[in-house]
Amino acid sequence: MKVGASVTELVQQLLNGLSLGSIYALIALGYTMVYGILRLINFAHGEVFMVGAYVGLYVAQWFGIGGYEARGESFPLVYAVLILCAAMAAAALLGAAIELFAYRPVRSAQRLTPLITAIGVSLFLQNLAMLVFGPNPRAYPPIVRELRYEFGGIILTNIKLAIFGVALALTLGLHLMVQKTWTGRAMRAVSINLDAAKLMGIDTNRTIRQTFAIGSALAAAGGILFGLDQITITPQMGVLTGLKAFVAAVLGGIGNIPGAVLGGLLIGLAEQLTAGYLSPDYRDAITFVILIGILLLKPEGLLGVVKQEKV
Amino acid sequence: MMLSSRRLFVSVLLAGLGTGLVGCKKKESAGAGPSGAGEASKPIVIGHYASMTGSTAHYGQDTDKAVRLAIEQVNQQGGVKGRKLEVVTLDDRGDSAEASNAVARLIDVEKASAIIGEVASSLSLSGGRVAQRRKVPMVSPSSTNPKVTEVGDYIFRVCFLDPFQGKVMANFARNTLKLESVAILKDVKNDYSIGLADAFRAAFTGAGGKIAVEQSYSQGDTDFSAQITAIKGSGAQAIFTPGYYSEVGSIARTAQRLGVKVPLLGGDGWDAPDLVKIGGDALEGSYFSNHFAPDVATPKAQKFVADFKAKYKQEPTGLGALGYDAAAVIIEAMRHAPNLSGDAIRSALGKIKDFEGVSGKITINGERNADKSAVVLKIVDGKYKYETTVEP
Repeated sequence: MKVGASVTELVQQLLNGLSLGSIYALIALGYTMVYGILRLINFAHGEVFMVGAYVGLYVAQWFGIGGYEARGESFPLVYAVLILCAAMAAAALLGAAIELFAYRPVRSAQRLTPLITAIGVSLFLQNLAMLVFGPNPRAYPPIVRELRYEFGGIILTNIKLAIFGVALALTLGLHLMVQKTWTGRAMRAVSINLDAAKLMGIDTNRTIRQTFAIGSALAAAGGILFGLDQITITPQMGVLTGLKAFVAAVLGGIGNIPGAVLGGLLIGLAEQLTAGYLSPDYRDAITFVILIGILLLKPEGLLGVVKQEKV
Repeated sequence: MMLSSRRLFVSVLLAGLGTGLVGCKKKESAGAGPSGAGEASKPIVIGHYASMTGSTAHYGQDTDKAVRLAIEQVNQQGGVKGRKLEVVTLDDRGDSAEASNAVARLIDVEKASAIIGEVASSLSLSGGRVAQRRKVPMVSPSSTNPKVTEVGDYIFRVCFLDPFQGKVMANFARNTLKLESVAILKDVKNDYSIGLADAFRAAFTGAGGKIAVEQSYSQGDTDFSAQITAIKGSGAQAIFTPGYYSEVGSIARTAQRLGVKVPLLGGDGWDAPDLVKIGGDALEGSYFSNHFAPDVATPKAQKFVADFKAKYKQEPTGLGALGYDAAAVIIEAMRHAPNLSGDAIRSALGKIKDFEGVSGKITINGERNADKSAVVLKIVDGKYKYETTVEP
């Protein structure tokens, strides 16, 4: 009995870790894509994730979710999908705007300049969010009515399933796009060599803009899933979550798309298992222990390849 | 009749807007006093520092509204010692360093004769040290950690203490709910939460109960699934989680999601409208100890609830009631003090006995704490329902 209970608990912790990891993976994709193309760590990415979650909240309110809740009716699934699309679109616009106004003017400057710009954009968006959305934690509206399934003591909710489903679908979609479409081919070309790609007739500005937009849309999807899963959102939610997703991207090998997904899942699992079996006090610390470890042992990341630095 | 009442409404609204728009620092008073120039014509300043923004903003906002109501009512009756009163509120954003700064500014710049604050024990500790050093009396409305008044002889409070509150919930769990084994989930970044957890553990095990498992989180966390999963495996019959409302709301929802059907137990930190907004029906059937129950109030408390509703169009929380009492106790002390020096107000505060407050009878004891009873409330249909009263 005791053994059975502890196995159940382990499976439950693993499932929770995988769902958290899926959200990290969605955010990590944005970091890794932008880094792959511009060698820029977009520190404002966590804030795009946060804005995505808030856009979802406001669109849900606009659809009158409070009324559905009060009447005890479930919110139409069509609306839930529309909310996801709206948040992704808004975040895509925001990401493209950040690229246009903050990063493009300093793109040719030395590496440190865009990095500092990124930190500035991140702080700006955080404080703007506090002003516009209010500083208090907000309860996330139940866009999807929660249903619980139990298998021998292990609880799985439809929200967790939705997290797995949406994360998997978006990752597969991204993979297909990068591998099979002209846009994806252009992205890969730009990431190998920006100047050469330009000489081959690729509109590099457009490709970079698309990369930002797609990465931001994925982060917004992560934001909505995070809100549904974690119940409350705040203007600061992007800071720590963004950092963890960044570590996930480094762990998998920054610039590498499957690596970002692998890194996200591993960080989610590590965090959940640490919190469950070691102490919840170390749940944030473990991520950064992993970061230090990977930088010491395999700086190119798990799936990364050693690239010769261009001099 | 219809028209005139509408016109009255509009003019009241405009007047309200007018006063609301004067400056960004909130002031309420006063005007010139009755006689002469100089010191005696100026309003007496009462400083209030509170978390008006941030993750515990509800505490500060509710308390501030009640403090302002108390001061407004006293001013309508002519003030104290022929002078009007004025409240100056500074926001500490729930941060200890900001709390110290706010108290220093209230005393040095705003010339406050007395300080009200804070709700959170950690912030009362840091603000209290500043008030003590400057020898200005401070009354905390609702900080329940014992250390708060140990800061010094200028620091008072009008609420009960954590050891008592923890004991109330422990005895309630053991004797009334007949629970054998309870899990604890506390906020390790919060003196209040740790203090309550310690008191609960001691009283519950002392009464023959068992702590199934003890888990922790840090203020600001949003994911509690690891802790809840561990608690689920422990077979606890209830979870004692003495935290603040935003985390408790998430904890309740996480427990519901993971199929943990046991009730949650908590303390007065739960008392905010957002608790039920975040936690929803996951909190149904949970219990927490509090300072006062709006649904079974004394005539004095009923009047407070009615006045508060009339002024702010919302129900006051228990923290609001304590804010009102903190202001009332200070005013009472000022009335009896020979003058308004810090020392005179302080000794008058120490002599408060059987003062009829909104949250019950207040007697300030030798440790500058209030001897008071606690109530246990149950959450039913998203509302707080009175369950029982526990005397000290």
